Amino acid sequence: MSKRLISVALTTAIVALSVSACGNGDDTGSSVVDRAAKDKKLVIGVKADQPGLGLRTPDGSFSGFDIDVAKYVAKELGVDQKDITFKEAVSANREAFLQQGQVDMVVATYSINDARKQKVSFAGPYLVAGQDLLVREDNKAIKGPKSLNGKKLCSVAGSTSAQLIKDKYAKDVQLQEERTYSACVDRVLTGQLDAVTTDNSILYGYAAQHPGKLKVLNSPFSEEKYGIGLKKDDKKGRDAVNDALAKMVSDGSWAIALKSNLSESGFRVPRLERY
Amino acid sequence: MDALFTERATILAAFWMTLRLTAVSALGSLVLGTVLSGMRVSPLPVLRTASQVYVTVARNTPLTLVLLFTSLGVGANLGVEFSAQISVNNYWLAVLGLTAYTSAFVCEALRAGINTVPVGQAEAARAVGLGFGQTLGFVVLPQAFRAVIPPLGSILIALTKNTTVALVAGVAEASVRMREMIEIYGDQVIQIFLGFAAGFLVLCLPTGLLFGWLSRRLAVAR
Amino acid sequence: MSGHSNLYEIPGRRGVIRNRVLAAVITAAFAWLGYVVYARFDERDQWAAEKWQPLLRADVWTTFILPGLEGTLKAAGLGIVLAGAFGLVFATARMSDHAWIRVPAAAVVEFFRAVPLLLLIFCAFFGSFALTGTTMSPFAAVVLGLTLYNGSVIAETLRAGVNSLPKGQAEAARALGMPKGQMMVLVLMPQAIVAMMPAIISQFIVLLKDSALGFIVGYDELVDRGLNGIAANFSNVIPAALLVAAIFIAINTALDALAHWLQQRISKGRKVTREPGRDTATPQPAAMDDALAKPL
Repeated sequence: MSKRLISVALTTAIVALSVSACGNGDDTGSSVVDRAAKDKKLVIGVKADQPGLGLRTPDGSFSGFDIDVAKYVAKELGVDQKDITFKEAVSANREAFLQQGQVDMVVATYSINDARKQKVSFAGPYLVAGQDLLVREDNKAIKGPKSLNGKKLCSVAGSTSAQLIKDKYAKDVQLQEERTYSACVDRVLTGQLDAVTTDNSILYGYAAQHPGKLKVLNSPFSEEKYGIGLKKDDKKGRDAVNDALAKMVSDGSWAIALKSNLSESGFRVPRLERY
Repeated sequence: MDALFTERATILAAFWMTLRLTAVSALGSLVLGTVLSGMRVSPLPVLRTASQVYVTVARNTPLTLVLLFTSLGVGANLGVEFSAQISVNNYWLAVLGLTAYTSAFVCEALRAGINTVPVGQAEAARAVGLGFGQTLGFVVLPQAFRAVIPPLGSILIALTKNTTVALVAGVAEASVRMREMIEIYGDQVIQIFLGFAAGFLVLCLPTGLLFGWLSRRLAVAR
Repeated sequence: MSGHSNLYEIPGRRGVIRNRVLAAVITAAFAWLGYVVYARFDERDQWAAEKWQPLLRADVWTTFILPGLEGTLKAAGLGIVLAGAFGLVFATARMSDHAWIRVPAAAVVEFFRAVPLLLLIFCAFFGSFALTGTTMSPFAAVVLGLTLYNGSVIAETLRAGVNSLPKGQAEAARALGMPKGQMMVLVLMPQAIVAMMPAIISQFIVLLKDSALGFIVGYDELVDRGLNGIAANFSNVIPAALLVAAIFIAINTALDALAHWLQQRISKGRKVTREPGRDTATPQPAAMDDALAKPL
């Protein structure tokens, strides 16, 4: 009868929608190196809302240190800057994007850790950041994570950094979870909260947006190694990207990229961890 | 089911928060919604316009943004502080946002209810010398309320579910805990979802039944 | 508003003066409140030109607002089509003569009406990986959530619409020898859809607003792309949020006006075509307002 037909059609439509919407990823050209060589094109997952690292700017392009690294690596793989498609990857999507082949690589403040290595593989690190605090310029009371007792701290939902402070340094700190760092920064600027915590690389970008009003404490208390995420078993791709990163450091492009994006940070050249 | 069982204390605490948000916001919305509907039919054009503008704005803004405005706008920028404790402060700001949003719907429902009260009722009230406030408060609104019990029930159910958006204002209710649990127990997504869905069914279905019963019980016989 | 004038006497000379004084006092109170908000925001530099000027730049619109709006409208558009279809199918199924169709349909509708949409979208996104091994795109998750929830509400609205039709309609169809399915499709549903159109459009407004919940899975809609994108560049969360809210209000007010216009047309059409005393087909006003007043 017709209503059963309709319901079958609807179910099919929903299934088709869900499948097609995550399709276009099954052309597993084994390694990112081969795909780059064959198509002369790459899709790279990046952050879109982090000034200094990965930011979508009003002219529609992306800018930041992650972006410069991505462009350099792509060039080494034989892909022109104009043939890169940058795709916004929020933290929760990064593994899924790689596993389904929606992106060829991820350069998005992506910390290397063992849990993630189960799902994807990492080249790099290309930057070693550390968890730090962002406070108002005139704030003299907060000197490090230990002085946060009784203070109000902002972090972005789903990040582990705030919990680390509560567990290890200041158990009487009050936590506010926000959806975006912009909102956290607003709360600190208005004086409602005292500090924002996350990787110093991210904090420097916001400090640069508010010169004279905000400062990064510059006493990192953890180590976050940013890697370039690739498909799980792409050893060939990992080696090629590592070579590209080594070259980026040796020819001075790494230092230039750092200076133009995160000038105040003083990050040092990281040691590649090949595996 | 392991995850649901291990974390049962957290889950119950989260639903307790959902319940508290719902109850207090419902009370607030009922009061503010009644005041707004009274303003809407008042003799003063200023009040009528103010109520109309308020309802249009609140009804047509996504709740996400309403809560952002109360949390960041009223909380951080206007500097309104209900408590020095962040969690308590966030709770009240979320209640404020949910109330601001829901009262617009309560006002609309009540206005429709006022329209169902026969003209003769208000005319009779005026004939015995009652003023606007008395006519509205003693004669028209009591009848209007009884006419709109079913829509008020729908609004209450919607409010219960809307409390999940309070995560925007940083309140640790059910949806926040569900997100965390899915992150930790990635292999049990479906069970976790069904567990939380069951929680909302337990909250929402009795509300629907209760309001159905109330509306039959309190129907105005005409 | 003139419809409520029976709640109070037309004021006499003293009444007019009293009302004017009251109006002045209230206006002053509103103005004072507005000033306090203005001043507090000003203290925190929220009116600073560099926070507002970016909102007027063409490239800000083409990079953030318009793509965000496109995302919102795309999800809402497809959601409206699918929710409409879902509603039709499940309203019909729930009124079936066969219990094996009716009972599951009722269970599905009641389940999706009771589960918060935010949880639905979130779980469509992460649950799809657990079920199928691939993650749904954020777009698919948002559309699926919008369809299941709003479709269930529309199914109930349509069912109420069919139940409010005069019995004669079904009896006449049966007298002509129509099978149940044909009677539904050709006779009852079309009338129910027309009668419930304003309520259905109100539900579509809800759907459009709810698409903003897509932020939870990182879908590129007005709040995620527009608000967060702009705020990351110019650190102006509040001004950008005000702009995005204004866009939503403009679109929804237009849809609202459409719903009212339709309602008027429908009730006018009724009065012309139906004899007096036979207008039992008009859905109960309470049922209509019920659906109209339903948020999220």
